[in-house]
Parts: sequence; C-alpha cells; structure tokens
Amino acid sequence: MTSNVLDNFLNEIGELSRFMLRFFREGFKPRYEFAEFSRQCFNIGNKTLPLVAITGLIMGLVITIQSQPSLQAFGAESWLPSVVAVSLVREIVPVITALICAGKIGSSMGAELGSMKVTEQIDAMEVSGTNPFKYLVVTRVFAAILMIPLLIILSDTIALYGAFLGVNMKQVVSFHLFSNQVFESLSFGDVLPSIIKAFFFGFAIGIIGCFKGFSTTNGTQGVGRAANSAVVTSIFVVFIIDLMAAQIGDILSIL
Amino acid sequence: MTSNNNSNEPAVIQIKGLKKSFGANHVLRNFHLELHQGENLVVLGKSGSGKSVLIKCLIGLLAPDAGSIKVLGDEVPELSHDALDKLRVKVGFLFQSNALYDSMTVRENLEFPLRRHWIKTTKESVNELVRHALTDVGLIDTIDKMPAELSGGMRKRIALARTLILKPNIILYDEPTTGLDPITSREISNLILAIQKKYNTSSIIISHDMSCVKLTSNRIIMLIDGICYATGTYAELCQSTDIKVKQFFD
Repeated sequence: MTSNVLDNFLNEIGELSRFMLRFFREGFKPRYEFAEFSRQCFNIGNKTLPLVAITGLIMGLVITIQSQPSLQAFGAESWLPSVVAVSLVREIVPVITALICAGKIGSSMGAELGSMKVTEQIDAMEVSGTNPFKYLVVTRVFAAILMIPLLIILSDTIALYGAFLGVNMKQVVSFHLFSNQVFESLSFGDVLPSIIKAFFFGFAIGIIGCFKGFSTTNGTQGVGRAANSAVVTSIFVVFIIDLMAAQIGDILSIL
Repeated sequence: MTSNNNSNEPAVIQIKGLKKSFGANHVLRNFHLELHQGENLVVLGKSGSGKSVLIKCLIGLLAPDAGSIKVLGDEVPELSHDALDKLRVKVGFLFQSNALYDSMTVRENLEFPLRRHWIKTTKESVNELVRHALTDVGLIDTIDKMPAELSGGMRKRIALARTLILKPNIILYDEPTTGLDPITSREISNLILAIQKKYNTSSIIISHDMSCVKLTSNRIIMLIDGICYATGTYAELCQSTDIKVKQFFD
C-alpha cells in the first residue's frame, strides 16, 4: 500500500518533470502563438483582478489593525507603516496572492484542459495543424509567468493603501507621511526577491494547472479530479518555493 | 445499402500488419485494410475492439507498434511533423464526441483549421468557405452560436462541416451516430452519403450502429480479436454462418 503511494508519487514527479522539459524545449521555438497568449493574459488578469484587489485591501487593513496593539505596547507605534509595509511586500501579499491565483487560475486551467482532453478537442486541434502543447500549454504558462507578478505588484500597492486606511482608523497620518515612511523602510532587497519569487509562483501555477489538465483520464470524473489536484498541488508548491526563496535569500543575505 | 463497385479504383489507404498494444492489452494484431477511391468502408466491431485506435493510427494521433500505414502514398509513421500536417489537410476526421471547441462560436470552430493550415488568409475567402460548409450541412443559421447552444445532432453536423471545410480526399468517421436518436442518426447517415457523392470522398466509418452500417457501407471489415476477421458487403456478411459475425446482424 505504502509502496503503491510512493510509486504513484514518484511517477507523478517523473511525468511532471518530462512535461516541464517539453515546455522548455517547445516554448521558445516558433511558431509563436501571440494571439492566444494575449487572450490568456487577459483571461488571467480579468478573472483574478477583482479578487486580488479586494484581498489586498483587506490584507493591508487586517495586518495594520492587528499589529497596532503590539507595537503600541512597546511604544513603537510610529514604526507601524514601516513594519506593515515590509511584512506585506516581502511575504504576505506575494504568498496570499499566489494562493488565490492557484485556486482561481490553477483550477480553471486544470478543468478547461481536462475537459478538452476528454472530449477529444486536443486531438482535434492536432488534426487541424496545431501543436496543442504550444497553443494550449505554452501560452497559458507564459501568461501565468507574466500576469501573476503583475497581480502581486498591484496587490502590494492596494495592500499598502489598505495599511494607510488601517493606520488612519485610530490616528491621523497624512498620505505623504505614510508613504515617506513606507518607501524609507522598503529596500531593494525587500522588493526584488518578492518579485523574483512571483515569477516562480507564476511558472509553478501555470505548469501544474496545465499538466493536470493535459494528463486527465477517466472522463468527466477525471476533469473534477484534475481541477482539484491542480489547486492542491499548486498551493503545496507555492509554499515550497516560498521556503526555498527564504533559504536562498538568507544565504545570499538579501532577505 | 450502396453497392461495391470500387474494387478496381486505386487504393488511397493501405494498412499491412498493423500492431498496437497498450501494456498487456494487444488491441491490434496484424491488421490489414485497403480503402479504394470513392469507397465507403465500414469497420465493424464491439466496443473496445480497437476501432478508434485504428483510425487514430491512420491520422498519426497514435504511433503503431509495428506495420505499414500508407495514406495517399505516404507512409504515416515515417512522416515528419510538417509532412503529417500537410497530409492531415487531405484527411478529415469526425470525432466521436464531435470535439467542437467550447470556447469558440460555430464560425470560429470552422475557421480554426483554415487559419491553422494557412489555407485561406483573406477574411472574405474564409467567410465564404465557412458559409459554404455550413450550407452543405444545412445549418447556416447557427453560424454565430456557441456549440453549447446546439443539440447533439446539430453539433455532429457542425463537426462534419468543420471536417469538410478543408475539402479532404478521405474522411474518417469515428462512430458518427453514437448518442443520437434513430431519426437524427438516419439524417447523419444520409449526409455521409450525400457528401461522398458531392465531393467523391473515400471514407472509413467506424460504427456498431447497424442501420448506419447498412445505409452507408460499400464494404464492411469485421475487426474482431485485433484482426480483420471477415470482410464483405452488408448482404454477404448477413448470410455468414460464423457465430462471431452473425451476432452483429441478428
């Protein structure tokens, strides 16, 4: 039983690695599917933007409201904008936004490609002179790599505005003073690693969503399983990447 | 039932010694087939007997384990990706599940193979071909609808229109009447015959719907136990005393 689970797990890792290799092999060769890539960018941005924006605002508000009493106890209330800004930009916003994208984009890719697989649409595409891997997978993965960092940057901005609102709930701080404190506290070493890991989050969410969809079997039941598995695996991998980024950052002393 | 008068015509598809297995499951073992110009050949067999695998090997969607597959003179397993794409323009494929793209309108579904094969590039010529193909299947009114808005029979006709739009020499039908009511099923069978007459196509029809088989076939091949078990016209096979053949016609 345990050996079966281990076999399946190792098989899955092997298949995913082969899928990733195929992505790197085919992703940079012509024919480039610019129209489909733009459509996927629009889909990812359009579908996720409202959710990411609202969550960003709430994250900023909540973190500020919850940090205020602790800092007040140490007489360090004036540090509130700096502390909140660093924790939001370095860790909270990238991870929470990536988790939202894993749920929203990962499941959508898994379900859409899975359903195309079981209804033979992928075969039909191949018969129509299209490389389905390039048309469906490469475009989606590149769209996720591009759009998820952009969504994270947007969410960072909205979260900082949420933090400004949170600070102003109990005291009056001008936006000018708040933003001055935020930008003084944020260094290049806070922003860059967060953006670099956002690209990895995008790649992981895109490739796992597509892999699960592309390897769907067992009809409509398999489609549901693919969507579910895409979300669970993406979330897990987002945390792994975050852990690795923290470790690498620590070693390079930029975090 | 159409008569078999194509045996003197040149062969457009020749399969020799085709073998295909999935693990321990030997689906096709030394299978032979020949399709002549203008012929409607029905491949008859039980579910899971390897009929769909056979036509997927023909179009290069599956690689055979052994054997020769010649389509319009090209040895399919040896073709490069580009050469296979060129061949696929001449070979239409009607999928069992229709395989219409859910996210596209009927018009976009029909335009897709034209644009991908770089056949027509001007908007007017693409539009003209789309309207012509839809008129052929009697569904010009559905041009701006989504596949989800159409009935099963209509979706099948649209899928057929998408197959026809490239004006193929050969059409492969994978269970064209599955899941349809008897009336729609008959309409689709008649449409297959009409298309054959109009475009002089050669077809392989995978089916176990006996009314479709009777109506459309010039010749039948019985795919049993992975081999070409029996061959003949509908009338000839009807009179067979072999129990494995007889069970289909009783």
